[in-house]
Amino acid sequence: MTGLLKDIGLSHDLAVLIAKTIGVFVVGGFGLLWTLLGIWLERKWAGRFQDRIGPNRVGPFGLIQTVADTIKILLKEDIMKQGIDRWVFNLAPILSVVAVILIWAVVPFSPAWIGTDLNIGVLYLLAVGAFGTIAVIMAGWGSNNKFALLAAFRAVAQLVSYEVPMVLALLVPVLLSGSMSTQEIVRQQHIWYVFAVPLTVLIFLISSQAETGRGPFDLLEAESELVSGFHIEYSGIKFGMFYVAEFLHAFTAGVLTAILFLGGWRGPFAEDVPVLGFLYLMIKGLFVYWVLVWVRMTLPRVRIDHLLDFNWKFLVPVGLINLLVVALVWKLIPGTDQINSTADALVPTLVLLLVNVAMILVIGALLAERGRRERARIQARVAGTDLPAEALASAAD
Amino acid sequence: MELTVESVVFLILSAITLGGGLLVVTTRNLFHAGLYLMLSLLGVAGLFVLLAAPFLAGVQVVVYIGAIAILIILAVMLTPSVTQMPAIFNRNWALNLALAVLFFVLLVSVISPALDDLGVDNWSANFTEDSPAAVPADSIVQLGKDLVDPDQYMLPFEVASVLLMAAMIGAVLLVAPGKAGDEGGDE
Repeated sequence: MTGLLKDIGLSHDLAVLIAKTIGVFVVGGFGLLWTLLGIWLERKWAGRFQDRIGPNRVGPFGLIQTVADTIKILLKEDIMKQGIDRWVFNLAPILSVVAVILIWAVVPFSPAWIGTDLNIGVLYLLAVGAFGTIAVIMAGWGSNNKFALLAAFRAVAQLVSYEVPMVLALLVPVLLSGSMSTQEIVRQQHIWYVFAVPLTVLIFLISSQAETGRGPFDLLEAESELVSGFHIEYSGIKFGMFYVAEFLHAFTAGVLTAILFLGGWRGPFAEDVPVLGFLYLMIKGLFVYWVLVWVRMTLPRVRIDHLLDFNWKFLVPVGLINLLVVALVWKLIPGTDQINSTADALVPTLVLLLVNVAMILVIGALLAERGRRERARIQARVAGTDLPAEALASAAD
Repeated sequence: MELTVESVVFLILSAITLGGGLLVVTTRNLFHAGLYLMLSLLGVAGLFVLLAAPFLAGVQVVVYIGAIAILIILAVMLTPSVTQMPAIFNRNWALNLALAVLFFVLLVSVISPALDDLGVDNWSANFTEDSPAAVPADSIVQLGKDLVDPDQYMLPFEVASVLLMAAMIGAVLLVAPGKAGDEGGDE
């Protein structure tokens, strides 16, 4: 691309600038266009999980339902009530979409296709994640609404808390590949990291589900408690932007999992045919996204104190120990700094897999023991009263 | 001065940084001040990118915008009564201004070689002008190695770790209900 522009007589700087600008439009446009299809796909899946059909009226199989919804939402009245903080209120939805689109800059679609191969790729992911949190704060504050403000508090508590286990999980592929560049992490996965560090994948999936604010962690917009949360005052396309940001963030979480743990564009002949790499990445990303939708549609919402307890008392310690153990084992296995083929990666992967299984067994045993203690505690209290055990259990929280 | 792409970008980023900083101290609304602070910090991150220090830029955004500024804003949101500032909040502004100017002069004297020319030794930082292309591509790897190298920065690194650890334990102790340790967690 840059070469072509230089051939028609542009200077190097200008050619790079034009090529990058086009890249921005292509990557951002792809993300936004994909939303049109993706929302339909998610609603179809959600329908199946809940034993219904899902959208099926507009177009064949309801395919252009999202287009119809988009037109509807564009035509809706844009309500700006008195007392809002005008600039903050209007900037928040834009910022929330931008925060997600920015992630796509470091997504390696194929060996050659990547927006920018930053050598701080993983750190960049965390950095742009911060903008999403700011968007939530701005929406909650700018709305001048108590429910929106309360929801923003809860959202920030959740987003900031779950960033910790997410960082701890992100550090593991960085450790294994010896690089923070997303492209390099994909290149180093001669054997997918999911086989070496399944516990890390689990931590990453849980925390990214919480970061995207989807069920069972959808307290950001608990409609039964906070009347839809921090975006309660938004109508029309501004609400639509929050919706798109949430959807795209969830799908991006799937793609990131595919990049970091499922080998990204890796697959047969992907090195020679770039389109194949893109296809592989999309298929893997969609699979992870499907799992996330499955979880979202299956589990009930958790309470805010349980949510934070689960993070700080379970996920963070597990993430810390996991990181320490993986780092130690990785250092103890000889030859892990020179992995250039599948054969090189075989032994370290097997060792790490064994260690991971052992860790998962220990954690499972600890959890079972805790569950037993909790049940015994409730049983002991039931013995003195004539209440059913369930009533005491819910009163004990 | 020759007007290259770098210098234009530098001017824009400086304007963002300084303008944001100025708005932080002049706006009457504390929440807006927090947002302007983020803008200013983002400008600093941009300057780091311009200096071919992407790691510092990333850390700047993650730590300062993603953590510190968000905490500041959260604290502001929890106390809506102080959000609107009265006419003059800080009565020591004259002293503060003097200190700020003094600090500015100190920084400039270290950065610029002017004092060296006047005959003051060992004061100027002697910054050299490297082109961004001269910065090694694996500067992050080098940074990581230097941080834990006993001959380089291991001691400050460990001291900082202990300090942060102490702060963390202190924070936990401050908010611990009654006697600590009755709810031990899972590990």
